[in-house]
Amino acid sequence: MNIIVCIKQVPASTEIEIDPETGTLMREGTLSTVNPFDRYAIEEALRLKEIYGGEVTVLSMGPPQAEYALRFAVSMGCEHAVLLSDKAFAGADTLATSFTLACGIRKIGRFDIIICGVKTVDGDTAQVGPGLAEELEIPHVCYVRKVLEVTNGDILVERMVDEGYETVKALLPCLMTITKEINEPRFPTLQGKIFSLNTCIKIWNSNDLNGNSGRFGLNGSPTQVIKVFPPRKRKKGTLLTGTLSDKTKKLVEKLGELKLV
Amino acid sequence: MTKIEIIIKNCNKCQRCVKTCPFGYISFINESLVIDENCTYCSACVSVCKKKAILITRKEEKKDFSGYRGVLVFGEQREGKVADVVYELVGKGRELADKVKEDLYCVLVGNGMEDSAYELITYGVDKLYLFNDTSLAKFKEDTYTTLITDLVEEIKPSIFLIGATAIGRSLAPRIAVRLKTGLTADCTELDIDAEKKLLVQTRPAFGGNVMATIICPNHRPQMATVRYKVMRKAEKKPNPEGEIVRKNVNQTKIRDRTKIVDFFRNNDGANITGAEIIVAGGKGLGQSDGFTLMKELADALGGSVGASRAAVDEGWIPYANQVGLSGKTVRPKLYIACGISGAVQHLAGMQTSDVIVAINKDPEAPIFNVSEFGIVGDIYKVVPELIMELKKKTSAKNTRGI
Repeated sequence: MNIIVCIKQVPASTEIEIDPETGTLMREGTLSTVNPFDRYAIEEALRLKEIYGGEVTVLSMGPPQAEYALRFAVSMGCEHAVLLSDKAFAGADTLATSFTLACGIRKIGRFDIIICGVKTVDGDTAQVGPGLAEELEIPHVCYVRKVLEVTNGDILVERMVDEGYETVKALLPCLMTITKEINEPRFPTLQGKIFSLNTCIKIWNSNDLNGNSGRFGLNGSPTQVIKVFPPRKRKKGTLLTGTLSDKTKKLVEKLGELKLV
Repeated sequence: MTKIEIIIKNCNKCQRCVKTCPFGYISFINESLVIDENCTYCSACVSVCKKKAILITRKEEKKDFSGYRGVLVFGEQREGKVADVVYELVGKGRELADKVKEDLYCVLVGNGMEDSAYELITYGVDKLYLFNDTSLAKFKEDTYTTLITDLVEEIKPSIFLIGATAIGRSLAPRIAVRLKTGLTADCTELDIDAEKKLLVQTRPAFGGNVMATIICPNHRPQMATVRYKVMRKAEKKPNPEGEIVRKNVNQTKIRDRTKIVDFFRNNDGANITGAEIIVAGGKGLGQSDGFTLMKELADALGGSVGASRAAVDEGWIPYANQVGLSGKTVRPKLYIACGISGAVQHLAGMQTSDVIVAINKDPEAPIFNVSEFGIVGDIYKVVPELIMELKKKTSAKNTRGI
């Protein structure tokens, strides 16, 4: 069974804040890491490989430095790694990203399952997974929390929905986005780290991909960010004082005034 | 082609833009500004520059969108019941449509949805497109994508709104890719530029620490998923004049590759995303039993139980209850945080709640900075006392016959 995992390198911290006085954005360092949700995706691919056999290819789109994220995935146990990297891919929204990843996957070739993290912590849209499935014209299942069984032609999974969870059967090949409930990601072993240093990471640019270049990056992105601003700050309220019973009485009174109780 | 330029004579080297760039793509080298070629033109630097020294010019495509009119709302239903978010989208959609004097449409896909269709008309929908068929009772990605994409191509709405629910988030990206148009996730504010007929979409980014305004100028429809409980629900119209348009389901076109085999409902209202009152517990509870107390308080208030990531990681409560960046985003009327310190990641999931109450033994806990009311104290002493007070109030109400 061939599995492809899509991952993204993201800033190590999303603790970005805008100074309300100056309007400037304050970043806490620029270290990068593998998107936390993608580590569950890598782990699940490895577990499925261990049960059903096959190989895992990890795929990412990003600047050349994203090679680090791919080496991390290889050190966890993935066999192959591909990086889609080109100036032409920069500034991609979810439509252009889905398209570019689909081009990369077609070039990789045969696959049975594609696994993505449910969302990235920086973009936070959860749109690339299902969008990629549509580009590849394969079915998808979002918010998978458990893989029950993989047979020759289909996969049986549990997915989270708003009021509970469902068991869903999907035809293979298919794409799934997975939640962090699904497993506990392993840490790379020393052997894995050494292997990852000796693994050749394929780097493909826009010429390597067989796709309409007008659909890559900024040119292929219908959405435009026109403004970035700080959210409305919440005001610090009051600490209720007095004896324990005073405090709870006051709270119930205040909530009563607001018609919340 | 979009380009970014530095107007050197305007620049006073204040370096505000350097600090502002979310990607770290602006640097100050040898006394001059350098913008990395990977710039995404997000405009953050333009917004902060007081000297107008950075200019972004975007290619204005002159496309004729006069054939695209109206606002379409996805009428999500689960087990035959129209989702609450649909009434919020109808309210917002009506407001947007009125600003440009266009129609409001709604598409409803399901089985036995006739009554719901009439109901939606009374909330101000001009045209309701109804796909009613026994095969459509349950959500299926393939069927829904095909039926709705075909409808959009037929009626050509200018704007298409979908609730950011589990179903909406799974469906919207497929439709957007098939239509090759833009889709903005999780909007919390929507407005319309009436002159250009542009949907102005605002959403939280970077874990809610930044708000971003997004447009989709050169593609139609302009698609957005919208957070629930953010927009005001539509009000019933006294004399509704809308009509229902029944659509046939062309079975031969549809090939379902996914099938829902079984559904398990969470007990004790664990659907925290829709809850009006949430009592959430964190690591400060110290033990899994703490959630029994959380449940008691939630019951006394008629609410649901949430949790911080730390409590979920301890295994005290399932992931479905997790609030925060890596869990669910909630917006209840009342959020009571017990033993939760208030890390940025947690705040990202709940800071738009109407009223926040914090109970924590550490007076320095950051959660107090975002709370209307705070109580410093031991959870195991404060909460039982609070439950008692609430019960007193309830029984007082009952004896007064309210």
